[in-house]
Amino acid sequence: MTNQAVLKQTPLNATHREIGAKMVDFGGWDMPVNYGSQIEEHHTVRGGCGLFDVSHMLPLDIRGANVRPFLRRLVANNVDKLQVSGKALYSCMLNEAGGVIDDLIIYFMDESWFRLVVNAGTAEKDLAWMEKMNADWSMGLTLTPRRDLAMIAIQGPDATRVLNEALPGVDQITASLKPFNAVAMGEMFIARTGYTGEDGFEVMVPAKSAPFFWKALMQAGGKPIGLGARDTLRLEAGMNLYGQDMDETTSPLESGLAWTVDLKAAHDFVGRAALEKSEVTKQLAGLLLLDKGVLRSHQKVHTRNGDGEITSGTFSPTLQQSIALARIPLGIAPGEEVEVEIRDKKLKARVVKYPFVRNGKVLI
Amino acid sequence: MSIPADLKYTPSHEWVRIEADGTLTVGITHHAQDLLGDMVFIENPAAGRTLAKGEECAVVESVKAASDVYAPVAGEVIAANGDVEASPESVNKDAYAAWMFKLKPANPADVAVLLDAAAYQKLVESEAH
Repeated sequence: MTNQAVLKQTPLNATHREIGAKMVDFGGWDMPVNYGSQIEEHHTVRGGCGLFDVSHMLPLDIRGANVRPFLRRLVANNVDKLQVSGKALYSCMLNEAGGVIDDLIIYFMDESWFRLVVNAGTAEKDLAWMEKMNADWSMGLTLTPRRDLAMIAIQGPDATRVLNEALPGVDQITASLKPFNAVAMGEMFIARTGYTGEDGFEVMVPAKSAPFFWKALMQAGGKPIGLGARDTLRLEAGMNLYGQDMDETTSPLESGLAWTVDLKAAHDFVGRAALEKSEVTKQLAGLLLLDKGVLRSHQKVHTRNGDGEITSGTFSPTLQQSIALARIPLGIAPGEEVEVEIRDKKLKARVVKYPFVRNGKVLI
Repeated sequence: MSIPADLKYTPSHEWVRIEADGTLTVGITHHAQDLLGDMVFIENPAAGRTLAKGEECAVVESVKAASDVYAPVAGEVIAANGDVEASPESVNKDAYAAWMFKLKPANPADVAVLLDAAAYQKLVESEAH
């Protein structure tokens, strides 16, 4: 008996195995962690084009007359920023205490249809929360989880060329689609979004066409990239990971996400009152390890204003140095040195402004 | 192929070569580096350090994770390989060429507890299921 039987599989599971992926249990999903060298996969995305199976994430359609009023109350960012069809918004969904239930992307399609994409590990919890709010607020909306769709991310400076070649005729769309916008055509959904800090697309297709589409993208030169490199890419890009950099016990205001919380909005939203009452004492900061070693989550950080903790740490293949996001006391500014406890040693790290890397370029 | 017959092994995935003079050369197995992935940091014990059997004495870190390396038997570290610390990826290229440290066993008879290649092969297979 392997535990494979109980792991959830994406529509691309057999494809990953066929092309030699190393599969791991990723929060209950049987997912590719790498196909060969994780570091090479990372460089491929920074310099060429990588393909990611992100079908474990859940697209969720919300339909009805009151979608916009519902989302105004449901999330901390302001959906009134979404006025053009296809426009995307990144937001946190908070609990009453101002903790983060999940971070998600909201696509505005039309006034009676918004599409959300939520994290895999939180999908069921999110759906239950949204259904409860839908009922409590008598919104009368229909929430439809779209497990019938697969999602493939095509990322890197060569992403447009690869997608154009794999999907003849799409070039007019890829030429005009702006970052953080999407277009839906029947069951196909193309968004210019990603989690790597590079240009690219996240494309949803019906589950049964996913293996064919994936192979066409490979034929066009896209290289399969595992979740291992996905993590180093997003961390270099300074993007938060739910469950590590923030969760239900942390405030978005202490998680580097204040820019996504609209405290100037004219309307109320869940968690707003708690955030307005809260005293912000911590910040999410970037760290660059100056000594040799690797920063990892939960390592203790000593600063002149008190202790903090690393929330995400890794070895950065682009910088060839270890980097991290850490929740540390306010008042510690970029350029200052702090100490990180690694095993029995205290190693020097410099506080830096993140993102560390964007569009292939080192920013620190 | 990835488990040379002339080496000894531990259940914690170190390989051990018993040299002609009775000293031991230690590294991590091909299987171990395959599980960990791309190596980015290695820290060896200092020469002269005395180790108990099973003591955490070195660290290998891949992009994914940190992992301890344990002393296969009790003994004294007589050499550490600075080359693998400078080029951690050499462990991925050839785990059996990229030795980490050399040990003088406190008791030469202790090496009898080490696994042979067949026993280690079995262990790896059992862990895969």
